[in-house]
Amino acid sequence: MATVTNNELSPEQVRDSNIYKQWGLTEIEYNLIVKELKRLPNFTETGIFSGMWSEHVSYKKSKPILRKFWSKNERVLQGPGEGAGILDIGDGQAVVFKAESHNHPSFVEPYEGAATGVGGILRDIFSMGAQPIAVLDSLRFGELNDTHTKHIVDGVIAGIAGYGNAIGIPTVGGEISFDHVYAGNPLVNVMAVGLMDQSAMQVGQAHGVGNSIIYVGAKTGRDGINGASFASAEFSTDQESDRSAVQVGDPFLEKLVMDATLKAVREYSDIIVGIQDMGAAGLLSSSSEMAAKAGMGITLNLDMVPQRETNMTPYELMLSESQERMVLVVKRGEEQAIIDLFQESDLDAVIIGEVTDNGRYILNFKNNTVADVPIDFLTHAPKQNLIMTEPKRLSKFTKTQYQPDMSDVKNTIISLVAQATIASKASLFRHFDSMVRTDTVIKSGGDASLVRVRGTQKALAMTTDVNARYLYLNPKVGAQMAVAEAARNITATGATPIGITDGLNFGSPDNPEVYYELDQSVAGINDMAKKLNTPIISGNVSLYNETDGQAIYPTPMIGMVGLLDDVSKATTIAFKHATDSIYVIGETTDSFNGSEIQKLQTGEIEGQLFEFDSDQELASQALVRDAIANDFIASAHDLSEGGLIVGLLESSFAGHLSFNVNTNQADKYLFAETPSRFVVSVPEEKANLFEELAGKQATKIGSVTDGDNIVVNTTTQTVTLSRREVKKVYQESISWQLEG
Amino acid sequence: MKAAVISFPGSNCDFDMLYALQDFGVDAEIVSAKQNSLAEFDAIFLPGGFSYGDYLRTGAIARFSPIMSAVTQAANAGKLVVGICNGFQILTEAGLLPGQLLGNATTGFICDDIELSITNGQTAFTNSYESDEKIVIPVAHAEGNFFADEDTLNKLEENNQIVFRYVNNPNGSAHDIAGIMNEQGNVFGMMPHPERAVDEVLGNIDGQKFFKSMLSTILAKA
Repeated sequence: MATVTNNELSPEQVRDSNIYKQWGLTEIEYNLIVKELKRLPNFTETGIFSGMWSEHVSYKKSKPILRKFWSKNERVLQGPGEGAGILDIGDGQAVVFKAESHNHPSFVEPYEGAATGVGGILRDIFSMGAQPIAVLDSLRFGELNDTHTKHIVDGVIAGIAGYGNAIGIPTVGGEISFDHVYAGNPLVNVMAVGLMDQSAMQVGQAHGVGNSIIYVGAKTGRDGINGASFASAEFSTDQESDRSAVQVGDPFLEKLVMDATLKAVREYSDIIVGIQDMGAAGLLSSSSEMAAKAGMGITLNLDMVPQRETNMTPYELMLSESQERMVLVVKRGEEQAIIDLFQESDLDAVIIGEVTDNGRYILNFKNNTVADVPIDFLTHAPKQNLIMTEPKRLSKFTKTQYQPDMSDVKNTIISLVAQATIASKASLFRHFDSMVRTDTVIKSGGDASLVRVRGTQKALAMTTDVNARYLYLNPKVGAQMAVAEAARNITATGATPIGITDGLNFGSPDNPEVYYELDQSVAGINDMAKKLNTPIISGNVSLYNETDGQAIYPTPMIGMVGLLDDVSKATTIAFKHATDSIYVIGETTDSFNGSEIQKLQTGEIEGQLFEFDSDQELASQALVRDAIANDFIASAHDLSEGGLIVGLLESSFAGHLSFNVNTNQADKYLFAETPSRFVVSVPEEKANLFEELAGKQATKIGSVTDGDNIVVNTTTQTVTLSRREVKKVYQESISWQLEG
Repeated sequence: MKAAVISFPGSNCDFDMLYALQDFGVDAEIVSAKQNSLAEFDAIFLPGGFSYGDYLRTGAIARFSPIMSAVTQAANAGKLVVGICNGFQILTEAGLLPGQLLGNATTGFICDDIELSITNGQTAFTNSYESDEKIVIPVAHAEGNFFADEDTLNKLEENNQIVFRYVNNPNGSAHDIAGIMNEQGNVFGMMPHPERAVDEVLGNIDGQKFFKSMLSTILAKA
């Protein structure tokens, strides 16, 4: 029977002091535990329930919605529920990917918060037996005129660089944008992609009575104690933020753990039963979930857990989120080979327990049993059915589209490219090693990044994307557009989209309006994912992103992966040769609510979102892929924030050429953000072939030119820009704002 | 030619270097820093990365690893010893090359394509380049700021030991130094990564002649 240790509160004191409420358990949940155990839970037991039943670990609030995700097709080898999802990419190979958020820690301690975000997601990948090959970051910050935001930006960028560069996995892409709603709740979403032979697939399950639980990697300290509960509550400015809930990372150690784990998978797959990383709720959640998934029990001897601090309690050992730790389940009697392999790299590898068939989660510490609870009950938080109501703002929005002020088009263009969300992020991405492993074909700064699969002709395209302003105006259609835009990014490289991971960042689900946004976003993602045949195979939920009742925009980050069968077809956004013809694919309509120009000119985002036609979207993407496969086009770029003019400028700046176009439309359409569009350039000798393929889907608007002059004709005027001058603004605006 | 690529704990460009060498037909293999002999190899490569986490100071711990006495022996025997990025830092820490790599003048890690000029085209590492050639090679480092005292810098200049210079100095290096060799011309270190610039698919092959130069040198000796 569970016994009290040290100076911990007694079970009665736990009940009477309401400490469980500070840990995030509700009274109803506490009473359920008492009823199930038929006694009062002790201090340790109460702690482990608070960790396992936190939203961050249990998804008890979001699960009813997440269950709706479509996650099966002919490629899916592993859907949601394991460390990461896995897709078949042919030749017996598979791609593994997942996204994770580290939002709360990155606000409190930007460097370590972001660094450990990278470390955590990489462990998810290599715990599946896959070699991580790339990392992408999707970041949201407040406006850059805020001193605290600048501090967060610097810390987050340095943290990602500090960890990712050292471990030697390239940060190949991602996106960054800025909006005031993220000032108190920055978003740090990291997506990692791995590659494996299908024969090496591992799962996080603890099968086989008597098999050993082996603890591998860093020692356990007092960092990140109960971080999962911390991530499951909102911030308040009058409460000092909890720094001890943030973990500290060591990329050097993680590299050793990664290399040794992958070696163990290669050499000893016959004796390794399961692998899981210790992420949220540390040793507790990894060990209990592995046993629960296998329908088994588990007994741990906490005295065996490698510790780097003295006098750690069972509560601390179980709830610590110290980094760079893994749990392996290994066949009984075969442990030494695994232990030797890790010790060769000077890593701890210790047997700390065994798999049982009694369905109990039992923790022993200093000759006492300090926890003994049913594992199924521990790993299945009581579901919560929350209320949803349509946000009041939505019914107030009018259908009328914002009409941009076009009194000075030239200066509007220059102001637009200086906007933090539009301006080049190269000065930030420059801090990330994007080339290590020498497989990066297309780096950040284009649409999607492209990583070749060494030894084959294949390459994997990858991107992260979401325009949360659109979701603020219409959660469902905005989510469809986010998936569509991610797929346009992939398509622009020539690749075919094959799957999705998501990072669902929202405010408090206890607010019915936020819960509605979550529900509608998932519905929108699902709709478009089915049309594109891109199942959602993994993901992450981060709720409670609000401070003092101010929630972020609904921000479901879409991480997408695509497959390019022939890497020699890879296409970039850069204009390649003067005299190439420039075409716009797709129609341009009155689409300004939620646009960058609305934000620039009014400082607000409002009105009903413009329309989205998924069939049009599919048609545009199919055309671009066909044209690339046939070698008809020299460059392809998806049109999104800032509209046609920004797309043209980016294709110009990515290379060394200018352009001369005539849109045959009014000025304002330069800035319209109508979805389902691309701008492509076509060599002279391919123009006829391209036009024949494209039919009415593409409109020729001009050509690529030499020299410094950029010329834009509309139905009302001719605007001439100096490429050099506008490029300078585009390239340096972020640095000016960060340093200003 | 048989080449060793030394893998220190924390090296992360070891396989990039291995693949680059193999692309040129070199019989290359990874050798753990725990080993203590390199007798069977004609050329030794110390790759980029963060050896031992680069804790304390870049390369400061790596220079004490068991393999380093064998590296010194190889250097003294006149074999080619090449350090790229962290490898360069280790060679300076070990005293096999002069100078020291300090933190970049503007703090922080830089990963970018950087233009280099060939300062000495008559070396074992550059003889395939035209002497006035400008090439683009990626850098990826936070501590690439080459520092040495005036006398050492003058000596490097006089003896033509400066092999590559930055066209636009990205890290504050003295005399725009990107790569140097020892007086004998067999030990070489550079911060930029030529092994990242050999494959057509990745869009940059300016590093190919670096490898061709070494190959022709070793073949000429044989």
